[in-house]
Amino acid sequence: MQIAKIIITCCLALTGLLAGTAHALTVAERLALAAGDNDQRIAALARVVAVGDPGASPFLKSLLDDNVKLVGNKIFVVDAGAAINAATGDHVELPADAEDVVNNNRMRSELGAAIAALDLRSPDAAVRLQAALALRQADAADSTFALVVQAEKTEQDKKIQTILAEIRAGIELHSTDVVLRLKAARELAASTSAEMRQLLVGRLEPGGEADPEVRSAIATSLRALDQRLVYFEVAGTVFTGLSLGSVLLLAALGLAITYGLMGVINMAHGEMMMLGAYATYLVQNLFRQFAPAWFDAYILVAIPVAFILTAIIGMLLERTIIRHLYGRPLETLLATWGISLILMQLVRTLFGAQNVEVENPGWMSGGIELASNLVLPYNRITIILFSLAVLLLVWTLLNKTRLGLFVRAVTQNRSMAGCVGVNTARIDAWAFGLGSGIAGLAGVALAQIGNVGPDLGKTYIVDSFMVVVLGGVGQLAGTVYAALGLGVLSKFLEGYAGAVLAKIIVLVIIIIFIQKRPQGIFALKGRSVD
Amino acid sequence: MHTRYQPLLLRLLGNSRWIGYVLAISVLCILVPVLNLVVPDGNVLHVSNYIVSIGGKILCYAMVALAMDLIWGYTGILSLGHGLFFALGGYAFGMYLMRQVGLDGVSHSNLPDFMVFLDWKAYPWYWSGSEHFLLALLLVVLVPGTLALVFGWFAFRSRIKGVYFSIITQAMTYAFMLLFFRNETGFGGNNGFTDFKRILGIPIATPEMRMTLFVLSGLTLLAMLWMSRCIVESKFGRVLTAIRDAESRVMFSGYNPLHYKLAIWTLSAMMCGIAGALYVPQVGIINPSEMSTANSIEIAIWAAVGGRGTLIGPILGAAFVTGAKSWFTASFPEYWLYFLGLLFIIATLYLPQGMMGLGKKIKGKYA
Repeated sequence: MQIAKIIITCCLALTGLLAGTAHALTVAERLALAAGDNDQRIAALARVVAVGDPGASPFLKSLLDDNVKLVGNKIFVVDAGAAINAATGDHVELPADAEDVVNNNRMRSELGAAIAALDLRSPDAAVRLQAALALRQADAADSTFALVVQAEKTEQDKKIQTILAEIRAGIELHSTDVVLRLKAARELAASTSAEMRQLLVGRLEPGGEADPEVRSAIATSLRALDQRLVYFEVAGTVFTGLSLGSVLLLAALGLAITYGLMGVINMAHGEMMMLGAYATYLVQNLFRQFAPAWFDAYILVAIPVAFILTAIIGMLLERTIIRHLYGRPLETLLATWGISLILMQLVRTLFGAQNVEVENPGWMSGGIELASNLVLPYNRITIILFSLAVLLLVWTLLNKTRLGLFVRAVTQNRSMAGCVGVNTARIDAWAFGLGSGIAGLAGVALAQIGNVGPDLGKTYIVDSFMVVVLGGVGQLAGTVYAALGLGVLSKFLEGYAGAVLAKIIVLVIIIIFIQKRPQGIFALKGRSVD
Repeated sequence: MHTRYQPLLLRLLGNSRWIGYVLAISVLCILVPVLNLVVPDGNVLHVSNYIVSIGGKILCYAMVALAMDLIWGYTGILSLGHGLFFALGGYAFGMYLMRQVGLDGVSHSNLPDFMVFLDWKAYPWYWSGSEHFLLALLLVVLVPGTLALVFGWFAFRSRIKGVYFSIITQAMTYAFMLLFFRNETGFGGNNGFTDFKRILGIPIATPEMRMTLFVLSGLTLLAMLWMSRCIVESKFGRVLTAIRDAESRVMFSGYNPLHYKLAIWTLSAMMCGIAGALYVPQVGIINPSEMSTANSIEIAIWAAVGGRGTLIGPILGAAFVTGAKSWFTASFPEYWLYFLGLLFIIATLYLPQGMMGLGKKIKGKYA
């Protein structure tokens, strides 16, 4: 029965394709689609799909959107409030006794599949891709088979072609021909989509596949598919872990510098990030108002603005408050906490307590889809690259410039550095400015992936402290390993234990780790140790 | 040093100033109940229930400030986990209070309402025994004490100190806050415990009960003050001060700082637990926001503002900051954080000895 149906639709499709006439639907065809019981309507739909005429699409879409009304045998299409008589094309008043065409769920899915199948012939690759994805998601209707086969043959785009092959194999898996089923089952081993997995599982259930050989082929394919899905899932976790790690790195980098140099844990560091995020918000608003054409480039301006703003604030704080507290790290901790409270309240007064909206530049939205369960968003990729760039910059600054030389000297031995003529007070101010500026950069990044509000800093501060504790001070490498390691570890733990338990486990691991290495992964050795 | 050979009572009250402090707190404990319960409403001398509730809070906070002073002021270890110990004591006693609600909850079930909402059929194992009053009292000190002991042993053993220790305790507090925010943890999620009905079968929302708790808090504070004084005057206390000032030298002299630090740290945590247990029935609620990192840091500023290493200073600091907070949040809520932030900066920059040091300075100038 089914194979006969497929053959018939194939033939019909071929004749339709050969005829190649792009005619809209006739009134009779429309009536058959809109009126009658569902089986008849679906049969009519199959005939329309078999003809494969893209001109039928608009009417099908109207049907799906419940915009088609019936008055006896007359069809009206409602479009933006106006009714169009389908027979004459005239704009008319919708008769009061017009009845809705009711589509149940089965009809809806058939209509959706039909529209997608017709879209496969669109000249626009993006439309074709969307159509293929929609078809794969829909319970692939047999009526679309011919169009899918045809499209697979002519498709130039590799990605779309792969999806179409999957859909075809999925339909063939239900065929009455054992050879065809076997071939389809083997073909599906290469699939990576969750939908095909669902399909394979369904066939293995009682009442599904009867032939033992095909059954074992399906089981083999399922195993291969599952294996691949697991790989992608692990890859996805590693990616989100790296993404979290790069955010932590940005947040902790500045902290590690100031802590290493001055022994100051800056509790206001999170608020510097918050200020950086608000600077991004302001720059974005200015671009939106004065240069909407350049909106996508606002981020390039936001980066230096955020850096300079937070660096200046950091240097001011160092000169006015923190300078007086050297040698008293615990008091510094409290004083910087006080600063953070004031900064938070200041932002609340200026911008309100609500979160503000920061929009991604256009080129940052979307992502690379590697598999159905692995999409790498562009904004996350950008942030990973950005944090690498910042890291490189800081490394260069510390290792290749005179300022960096002084900073390293003061970190290792403050009094000796002072004795050989390094102006340690000025180095402190510069380093604090640098640390705060990096926090500002972190703020730009955070504004792209999360909410921007007065409490932004507090969300990340405990985690970035943990990075510093774990990584130790005085070496960039420690911070990098600790940040990325913590990021990946917590994402893996989250998968098993949930976000809260993961945090607790990470903390316990850190405490145990510190038992072994109290000064962090990369402790300074020798005389520089206190 | 010469005080060592005087009788104990004289030694502890040997100083006229100390008699003054003790008297002041004692008089407060007698006067406030009389002025609240006996003097009629409308009289100039009547103390309103609002003032009493703030006073009760301050007494509990003062205990925490005192505990903070022992560990920070005398031993030099800045804990950012005291808010956690306080909240744990509160939760431990809150469990008893929830048991006392009995069938009077919204759901009229034997279980607390939040467990009914979670569709739990029985109390989880860690709630067992919480219906006994004495056991609850024991839990109030044992839960924070055990946590402090285990955490402290690991931390002090590997000689984590200074800022590292502060940050690790902060992270611990944060982790516990997240844990208690979860509904499945079994402590009421973000609503915590509230709507208490009675203690030992006596209704909780009566003026008499409020006064009883107030006086009890006052007496507990007095006892803790006495105990703290004994500690800091003893040889043990002097070793603590020595650890604060030069830990390496203490080690070279043959002392193991681990035991001293661990003892005072655990004791300090237990004091917080008791304070929390007295606090919860007075304010009628305990929820995870008590464990927020900001709360623990605020405790440090009570001690810093009052004057570290003076015992009485942190009590005054707690009273001052809490009083200021009540006044600000009622009159100018948006300026409170500015004030608190400035307080942090001023206290650390200009008042290293806090209010007590300021008082001494002024006295010295005009003496």
